[in-house]
Amino acid sequence: MSGGFAFQVGALARRSVLRTLRQPAMVIPSLFFPLLLLSINAGGLDSATELPGFPTDSYLQFALAIAFVQGALFSANSAGTNVSNDVETGFLNRLALTPLRRLALLMGQLAGIMALGLLQAVTFLVVGLVAGAGIEAGVTGAVVIVVLSLVISLAFGSIGAFVALRTGSGEAVQGIFPLLFAALFLSSMALPRNLIETAWFREVATYNPVSYMLEAIRSLVIFGWDGEALALGFACAGGVALIAILAASSALRTRMVRT
Amino acid sequence: MREAAIEATDLVREFKKGPRAVDGIDLRVDPGEVYGFLGPNGAGKSTTVHMLTTLLPPTSGVARVAGHDVVKEGSEVRAAIGAALQEAALDPFLTGSEHMRLQTAMHGMRGDEGRRRGEELLARVGLTQAADRKIRAYSGGMKRRLDLALALVHDPRILFLDEPTTGLDPQSRSALWDEVQRLATESGVTVFLTTQYLEEADVLADRIGIIDHGKIVAEGTPEALKAEVGRPSVEVIPAEFVDLERARAVLSRFGEQANSSPKGAAVRLSGGEGRLAEVVRALDAENISLQHLQLHAPTLNDVFLEKTGRSLEGAAEEEPDEAEDQPKEAVAA
Amino acid sequence: MSRGSFTSVARAVAWRSIHSFFTNPAIIIPSALFPLFFFTAFAGGLSRVDSVPGFDFDSGYTAFVYGFVLLQASAFGGVFAGFAIARDFESGFSRRLLLAAPRRSGIVTGYWLAALARALFTVGLITVVALVAGMDIAAGGLDLVGLYTLALLVNAATMLFGCGVAMRLRTMQAGPAMQVPVFLLLFLAPVWVPYDLLTGWVKTAATVNPITLVLEADRGFIAGDPVKVLAAFAVAAGLAALMVLWARGGLRSAEQAA
Repeated sequence: MSGGFAFQVGALARRSVLRTLRQPAMVIPSLFFPLLLLSINAGGLDSATELPGFPTDSYLQFALAIAFVQGALFSANSAGTNVSNDVETGFLNRLALTPLRRLALLMGQLAGIMALGLLQAVTFLVVGLVAGAGIEAGVTGAVVIVVLSLVISLAFGSIGAFVALRTGSGEAVQGIFPLLFAALFLSSMALPRNLIETAWFREVATYNPVSYMLEAIRSLVIFGWDGEALALGFACAGGVALIAILAASSALRTRMVRT
Repeated sequence: MREAAIEATDLVREFKKGPRAVDGIDLRVDPGEVYGFLGPNGAGKSTTVHMLTTLLPPTSGVARVAGHDVVKEGSEVRAAIGAALQEAALDPFLTGSEHMRLQTAMHGMRGDEGRRRGEELLARVGLTQAADRKIRAYSGGMKRRLDLALALVHDPRILFLDEPTTGLDPQSRSALWDEVQRLATESGVTVFLTTQYLEEADVLADRIGIIDHGKIVAEGTPEALKAEVGRPSVEVIPAEFVDLERARAVLSRFGEQANSSPKGAAVRLSGGEGRLAEVVRALDAENISLQHLQLHAPTLNDVFLEKTGRSLEGAAEEEPDEAEDQPKEAVAA
Repeated sequence: MSRGSFTSVARAVAWRSIHSFFTNPAIIIPSALFPLFFFTAFAGGLSRVDSVPGFDFDSGYTAFVYGFVLLQASAFGGVFAGFAIARDFESGFSRRLLLAAPRRSGIVTGYWLAALARALFTVGLITVVALVAGMDIAAGGLDLVGLYTLALLVNAATMLFGCGVAMRLRTMQAGPAMQVPVFLLLFLAPVWVPYDLLTGWVKTAATVNPITLVLEADRGFIAGDPVKVLAAFAVAAGLAALMVLWARGGLRSAEQAA
């Protein structure tokens, strides 16, 4: 007797969402820290808006996009930790003994990340609006921001899941967190790419997919509808997500050995 | 001969580093039997269970469970078996009910059917009251009972229990033994039980396989195994030292003399432990009062000692835990 | 009966921590990389900010950022030493230390010496990288002495703070309790721009934040134009002195539990 694929995904998704949201130690920092940093940066770097060519006179509006990506980094940590716990406790073996399909397991696990991602996106949007950062693209733009944010969460969450499945270790998951932060820092996080003075840094930021994720969200906040920015942002987030999901799926095939 | 519930022929499992964890095991478990797999840590018990439950492919050899080949027909095997492995493998953030809901869903039970089955099993293992508490709040015994209940969701005919009572207090252990015995006698479930506890194997198992360094060193019923290594002996210490010779003479009627303490006399009983009552009656008939009487019956530890030259309890401290190797090997494989 | 003196206890504890730090890649690499990374990211990514009208710092943005990263590395070096102490408590090693050492204040001193060694290593590394990156440093000899002394005082203060927390809580869960206050103190200061260019509540926070004085004195030393030196040293030394009391209280708490 086995359930349909969607039914299995649903059951696993339910578990993943419950266990993620029941860990305040995971949820609260992922909401609190991006907002704290946003608040600090808005006051600390507001003078940067006086630079010629700076696209807005509110650094809060410029920096709002960072919160979404930072939140996604916490998602990577959360996904990775939850999956590595399943490996270390043997819960994965329990699931392996059922008629469960591997892809259903992975998608179910990532559902928890999406739930957290949704909570983060809505929170950051609301706080941003209350703090005075208008969304130029309006309500529809806000919805697109949430969708893009979910894709970014999926991308980083899948990276976390891949590391957890590949290594089976929570420590290894903690170990990649700095690398992901490096990916965020070496981007157009703090200044628009055209205003980055240091040549090598600008070059790295140009090749860094995180830059395009930030710029896509930023375009909706500051400019309205910029098709190119959106396309690049979704392509980068979607591309990273696809690669990471494939990698995680492969790692799951090795990890969940069953004949 | 009816088809075996579990059958293995020359089963081997090698890991990349180190000796063979399972080194050519042959075994057969009949339907409805409780088979005890006894051995110290690192002997190969868990590795064997992982192979029989399709979680680890054998390096060589053949195993069939519920009539299906574990390598070629893995999904059919999994449909027929339940397993409660060495780790309780529970999610601390979910409740007992939520675990049951997930497990029933994984086996395709939807809605009311799943809910009813979950409630039935939780009641069976005495966890109805605790069903809505998170696993974090469960004791070790409760976790093990939930683990067992989850393994029974799809009504398997064969149940694998990998060290189910390790770390439990005596009361919890006893409760789990009762449940296993009930499953075997009332429901006819075949139980493959691994353990490092002599008493557990002795009490629960119809037949025992003793494993050491990946090989089965002895196999049989507990009584037959113990009888192989010797007969029970009785030692008596008379209340009055002057009665020692007469006590010795009485005992000599029941078997050959055995070693004893200086103040006592001992005999190796021919005819088994059942003759103890006769010995007591005979001593009483001679008006010999006793200060001390002791029956020494061979234990499974004596069996292990005879076969391996080591005591099972001592061997438990020597070997690294085989389960630690497996997660890494799953990546290396 | 142990004949251990204050010095021998401190030396033994320090040696163990230092040895553990320098022989364990999992500890030394992040300790070295994080400050370097922040330095690179801020100096590289934000260098245009020194073109903002009113940005008054002649030595260039790299040197401006160096001032902050130096303090950050020193401060977090102290916090990581606190982590090491918490780890020792969780593993039970500290209990053995407390029982074995006749002069327990030597234990705290030993941890402090180790934190100092770690800080010197990290600061040295960042300085080399900053100089290679072309940092313009107008500081004279005395300025440099002032600069690094301030950094080491901050390191001592955060280490003693972390020590006090670790000895009271005696678990790795104490990590955030050590990190978050230090993080807030550092970042509610003129991190990326001078104080005058801050806006909003961050400016208000920086006004009351004692680290602002330390940071400004820091940058003054780097630019060869010392400012607010006495006030900065008073703050840093005062914090360190306060944290000595805090750490001693923590030691007493740990002794009672041992």
